[in-house]
Amino acid sequence: MPVPNDTNPKLAAYAHPERLVTTEWLAEQLGQPGLAVVESDEDVLLYDTGHIPGAVKVDWHTELNDPVTRDYVNGARFAELLGERGIGRDTTVVIYGDRNNWWAAYALWVFSLFGHQDVRLLDGGRAKWVAEGRELTKDQPTPATVDYPVIERDDSVIRAFKDDVLAHLGQPMVDVRSPGEYSGELLHMPDYPQEGAVRGGHIPGAASVPWARAAAEDATFKSREDLEAIYQQEQGLSPSDDVIAYCRIGERSSHTWFVLTHLLGFGRVRNYDGSWTEWGNSVRVPIAVGTERGSVK
Amino acid sequence: MTAPAALPPKLAELVDDFAELGVKDRLQLLLELSEELPALPARYSGHRDEMEQVHECQTPLFLAVEVAPGADRTVHLFFDAPPEAPTTRGFASIMYTGLDGQSADEVLAVPNDFYLALGLGAAVSPLRLRGMAAMLARIKNQVRSAG
Repeated sequence: MPVPNDTNPKLAAYAHPERLVTTEWLAEQLGQPGLAVVESDEDVLLYDTGHIPGAVKVDWHTELNDPVTRDYVNGARFAELLGERGIGRDTTVVIYGDRNNWWAAYALWVFSLFGHQDVRLLDGGRAKWVAEGRELTKDQPTPATVDYPVIERDDSVIRAFKDDVLAHLGQPMVDVRSPGEYSGELLHMPDYPQEGAVRGGHIPGAASVPWARAAAEDATFKSREDLEAIYQQEQGLSPSDDVIAYCRIGERSSHTWFVLTHLLGFGRVRNYDGSWTEWGNSVRVPIAVGTERGSVK
Repeated sequence: MTAPAALPPKLAELVDDFAELGVKDRLQLLLELSEELPALPARYSGHRDEMEQVHECQTPLFLAVEVAPGADRTVHLFFDAPPEAPTTRGFASIMYTGLDGQSADEVLAVPNDFYLALGLGAAVSPLRLRGMAAMLARIKNQVRSAG
């Protein structure tokens, strides 16, 4: 039995309200059969300092990535990981995390590559749950292992590779990094110098919309109206566009992918997870510098 | 794995402690260390402008280094990182436990890549680990510039 959707009116305005839940809803639903809560953070220890009761941890760096190749885990490993966490193919999964759900959105995108049907984000993430003084526990849940089927990833629909981006040049793209990274002044994200590139700038034609513009001060997503004002009115994107989003390693752009796909109802959005750490280190790909979008000659 | 000979005794002990544990237990030890990081003394509390920010850590970390007068030039370390950044606090706590109270020469002699011997790469991911190298580099710079 699927867990019911959150019918909160703020969520109802989004294109796919079933992809979000509020903290109130989650607090009421905790412990429901068929519901799994997953915490996915930038900080690998944060879950262990206290988490939503019953929540399990999935770490993007160490669990969703292949340990050797720059790629995500395969179907067998994903099945093992989810099975160990007590998550079945029909389970409703609610993911939350630190930093405006940045890594939570990345985990949700990876779950979507495997076609996990019912996966939702907690609007406001960990910060809102904590700010509201809701319960946290250090008790580690011990879910019974379940059988999760081995499903191979489908990388063709919501994931873009470098060659896809080369073929896409001239069509809509969104660069969600900071303005300094976009213009090329910075070869890395502020405070993250280890994930650098030998060239700075952006993919020609890409619009600059830093990912956090989609988040309100309390870490929830902005209203649909406010999001439309940014992506559609200001940037001129349309829900019928074929859009590629990228950042530095694909994590911040997962957040924007979520916004465009699930909140604004864009039909074709791909996340280029190679992002600037691939593009800015690649030989002979076109690059634009400065604050203008630029174009390919 | 045995710690390199150039490590001060307390740091060598920590490196050995980590290396003896399995991957999951290393995280647990890092968590315990994060909880033991001492609070800032009053003279630094609320005075981040008198501390140096370690930009290489994924979450802002502030650091102050004092070198005591005297032949040994004893080094004292002070760190400030928020509770929602336990990994960064854990890294800082390794530095504090291993290096606070050592002489300037001993601190300067610590190999820049000592942290690799902690075996945290698999548990934490190499991308998250680099902040530790930056922390040590900034500590050494401050020790040097303290004359």
